Amino acid sequence: MDYKLTTPFTRESLKNLMQGDNVYITGFMYTARDAAHKRLVDLIDNGKELPIDIKGACIYYVGPTPAKDGQALGSAGPTTSYRMDAYSPKLLDLGLMGMIGKGMIGEEVIEKIVEHGAVYFGAIGGAAALISKSIKSAEIIAYEDLGAEAIRKIYVENFPVTVIIDSRGDNLYKRGREEYLKRKMQRKEEGKSNMED
Amino acid sequence: MRIIDANNITEEIKRMVIEANYFLPEDVMKALENARKNDDWKLSQDILDKIIENARIADTEQVPMCQDTGMVVVFLKIGQEVIIKNGYIGDAINEGIRRGYEEGYLRKSVVGDPIKRLNTNDNTPAVINYEIVPGDKLNIMVAVKGFGSENMSRLKMLKPSDGLEGVKDFILETVELAGSNPCPPIVVGVGIGGTFEKVTLLSKKALLRDLDSYNEDPFYADLEREMLERVNNLGIGPQGFGGRTTALKVNIEYFPTHIAGLPVAVNINCHATRHKEVTL
Repeated sequence: MDYKLTTPFTRESLKNLMQGDNVYITGFMYTARDAAHKRLVDLIDNGKELPIDIKGACIYYVGPTPAKDGQALGSAGPTTSYRMDAYSPKLLDLGLMGMIGKGMIGEEVIEKIVEHGAVYFGAIGGAAALISKSIKSAEIIAYEDLGAEAIRKIYVENFPVTVIIDSRGDNLYKRGREEYLKRKMQRKEEGKSNMED
Repeated sequence: MRIIDANNITEEIKRMVIEANYFLPEDVMKALENARKNDDWKLSQDILDKIIENARIADTEQVPMCQDTGMVVVFLKIGQEVIIKNGYIGDAINEGIRRGYEEGYLRKSVVGDPIKRLNTNDNTPAVINYEIVPGDKLNIMVAVKGFGSENMSRLKMLKPSDGLEGVKDFILETVELAGSNPCPPIVVGVGIGGTFEKVTLLSKKALLRDLDSYNEDPFYADLEREMLERVNNLGIGPQGFGGRTTALKVNIEYFPTHIAGLPVAVNINCHATRHKEVTL
């Protein structure tokens, strides 16, 4: 299924999404990756306030290239998500509802996703120039010293993602592969080499 | 004896790091288009289409195809009759990177110390591999290596008794463990033999070989074909969403080794094996 969603997210707005759905997101979200996550969690551990509004927020795991004239942000594809596993459960507990990255995330994070009704989305790794076109504005709001790793508040229009882990914990990486291999096996038994249907 | 100006080297490096990031190599584009033709799973087709579209946008608009513009790896073949004037060759290379990453709007992705992790802010230093060869030419190969895939790479010191099957299992296990992380479709560079450090260099060099080339040794060329087929039977597919095209190519390089050892290294790359080469 294809969906259009706006941020911030709520448990309600995410509950119908299923692994494999294509979603086009419009609204504000934050960019953060390794170094910024470490700082956010250090703040939480010290009982301090976060520089972002975490309730219902969506975080995009990205470290963009510098913008050229006329661009809001440079090339901006997803980075590998499992490196944020050490930090994301704490952010989910505080109200984070969406994460966008690529690659598998840990069991502990998936449990938190299910507990809070959040969703983990995948953007296409390696399609950074294409993805950049749906980013309309970008503003550094924290940790400017981190350069590409600074936290930016970005406004996106119809930002294309796919649901990887839905709010029930179902997993596209597992399901997609199983389905493909099952179909492949069926076709083999039927003696067909072409799998198009 | 031939004299090469270090400033030329700086200029060439600057040009190559920018071009490697903007323009997908032709052999990769061909491999992607072939994969698109031969993959009949709808989800895979959609993703391959988008990856091809992304490369065209990067090319036309002259922007980086990926936000991870890489750590720079340089392979030098320095003719023993070459003399470099006006500066040290290593400095000339790093200066080229400094200029290229600034002028080309490329991301600075290098930290000066792996534990303290402060960004050097100019993407230096490069990892430079020097080789002295006969002649009076200087050959420079530049690769910009992203770490989503570098992080999925592995090395194992197998026993001679593990043999060819052990090598094959290790390659498949590495691709399986990498799963969706390295932005499949991937390119798999395999090194077999040598020593602990040599085998990883072989695997990196394997990644830089054209995707439409095969190892000159028919035994290893067959192994490349077999392993590509087996990797693509895993079903991981583009982006890990399921499908045939898990890898575009498996390239293998080998070297003599010790009677007691069978080193094997698997260096993973995303589909875009970004590299440029020049001979001065």
